[in-house]
Amino acid sequence: MTAAPAPTAIGAGNGATAALSGPVLAVNDLKVYYATPAGDVRAVDNVSFTVNKGEIVGLVGESGCGKTTTAMAILRLVQPPGRIVDGSIELDGTDLTQLEGAELREVRWSRLALIPQGAMNSLNPVMLISSQIRDAIQTHEGRLSAKELRARIEQLFALVGLPSRVYGMYPHELSGGMKQRACIAMAIALNPVLIIADEPTSALDVVVQRVVGQTLLDVKERLGVSMIVIGHDMGLMAQLVDRLAVMYAGRMVEIAPVQSMYDEPLHPYAQLLIESIPSIKERKPLKLTEGLTHDLRNPPSGCIFQMRCPHVMDVCREVNPPLRELRPAHQAACHLYEDDGTLA
Amino acid sequence: MPPLLEVKNATKIYGGSFLSSGPVTVALQDYSLSIADQPATITTVAGESGSGKSTLANLVLGFVKLTSGQIVFRGQDVDQMSAEQRLQYRREVQAVFQDPYAVYNPFYRVKHVFDLIIRNFRMASHKSDARDMIEDALNVVGLRGEEILEKYPHQLSGGQRQRIMMARAYMLRPRLIVADEPVSMVDASLRAMILDIMLRLRDEEGISFLYITHDLSTAYQIGDSIYLLYQGTIAESGETTRVIENPKHPYVQLLLDSIPVPDPSVKWGSEDISSIDDEEMRVSVDSGCRFYPRCSQRFDRCLDLTPPPFPVGEKDHQAACFLYENDKTPPETAA
Repeated sequence: MTAAPAPTAIGAGNGATAALSGPVLAVNDLKVYYATPAGDVRAVDNVSFTVNKGEIVGLVGESGCGKTTTAMAILRLVQPPGRIVDGSIELDGTDLTQLEGAELREVRWSRLALIPQGAMNSLNPVMLISSQIRDAIQTHEGRLSAKELRARIEQLFALVGLPSRVYGMYPHELSGGMKQRACIAMAIALNPVLIIADEPTSALDVVVQRVVGQTLLDVKERLGVSMIVIGHDMGLMAQLVDRLAVMYAGRMVEIAPVQSMYDEPLHPYAQLLIESIPSIKERKPLKLTEGLTHDLRNPPSGCIFQMRCPHVMDVCREVNPPLRELRPAHQAACHLYEDDGTLA
Repeated sequence: MPPLLEVKNATKIYGGSFLSSGPVTVALQDYSLSIADQPATITTVAGESGSGKSTLANLVLGFVKLTSGQIVFRGQDVDQMSAEQRLQYRREVQAVFQDPYAVYNPFYRVKHVFDLIIRNFRMASHKSDARDMIEDALNVVGLRGEEILEKYPHQLSGGQRQRIMMARAYMLRPRLIVADEPVSMVDASLRAMILDIMLRLRDEEGISFLYITHDLSTAYQIGDSIYLLYQGTIAESGETTRVIENPKHPYVQLLLDSIPVPDPSVKWGSEDISSIDDEEMRVSVDSGCRFYPRCSQRFDRCLDLTPPPFPVGEKDHQAACFLYENDKTPPETAA
């Protein structure tokens, strides 16, 4: 163990890791649309959020709600027919939407790293894992001596709990959890300020999921790196993140410190997500909901959740509720509440 | 009355045939399971990836052949069935698979999946009869024919596709549905709907389920009995609530401890297991308990002999662990 400042237990400090020096990442009014013959699909519509230094922000929502598209937009990896229509993405003061070509390549990986979905299948099967990490380091930092590189890569392995013999191994020689940890090692190779992890544990079983989750927390504690973790497992999110952002059909419906979110979810969709977590403590009747959503090309006027909401009111069909701070640091977009956070 | 389905000492070994070289993979070892004929039940088979749970599904569905052992359906050995009996078996045992995106042929409309089984099993002689049957099956899962039958699979959500697969299975009025991870790819907020359909088919239609999953929390919510697999062997079995509320086998205890608690104030088991070398964890030992390399309570005897199931509680609650060899209560942590 290197001497980390304040050796807190792994995973301690929910929400406590407050802003030390302002946000590392600020996404403002981001809009990403996909062009289709029948009109634009609004995959991400007016999404704003921030990520502070040394903080893990979870991004949850059902498939197709725009989580991954948001992440890809931050990395400027949205592919046609998708495009960033509007908004800004500021990483440490630089607006990423304004960068092109070489400038963008400079930022990617060295300041902004991605652990892609199904990361373990993203490794090149015919290259040693260490060679893949070496490539990334040398592309950004120029030639280094073999000895230096080896020391650095072995140190990365140690950081994520991999034995040093992995240096001479190919991806197929590792188990799923070890491959996932190798991907984390690659992500932190250039000391980025922000790591985006897209479903980092979705294909792993619970014991390995816990190992990978604890590795992520450990890396966060030691390097003070910020992360955006995308997922839909609410149980895992409770263990991993400091703040949680809930998306529904391309819009942000609630952002809150994780404890506040689980104690008192405000938006009906967030309430539904938290209620539908199956428990292993008590057997209770299943909570059923109809899963109809509107056509994303043609969102209804008013609230995005009106078709599934159990509390829908007339105003919801007309006015789109803005995100408002209803509890300390806890924002939700819902007409059910007055500006002071009491029920309307 | 014989049980609905009985798996007797099933062993499945992949590889190791005359021409193949390399190590063999023991996917399932000496595995036994029994599902009663009446009343209908949901029997869960749970375990991590590679524990052999999908191999079991494939064996019951007849996709792969046993290396040794027997699968008996209502008193009849599946391997010895005549062509006619086999057709009947194929009708009475239906399947719902994990990936609702991959099971559809994207070139056909949704209607096609129903048309195929109606034709194969000669279920209806008139189009209007067929249409009524389809409508009836779709209603059970909360869908309406006019909304979905003429659509293509890509126009439906994962939850809808999985419900259609349930309707398809139900339409044949099977006795048993093998559901291989039916909810793992469905969104959390819609998962409950699939599970509810399983409960209703069990209670109202008398259809039993072999529910294969890695998710112990959904198993806990709907399952009647449970078999927990570890590397092809049964670690623990019994009534679902008893096993999950009071796990005995060290592996099952670790598994339950690792399920993330949906409460930020309760952290994962304080014990930091991230230093355990996965590779060591994966080594399967030739003799003795398969969990030996990872077990925190191992002793020498575990290496010599494979532990048979020992009773550890009421209602057939069994754990394959020497900790429970002589007694129902575990000895103080063995050195």
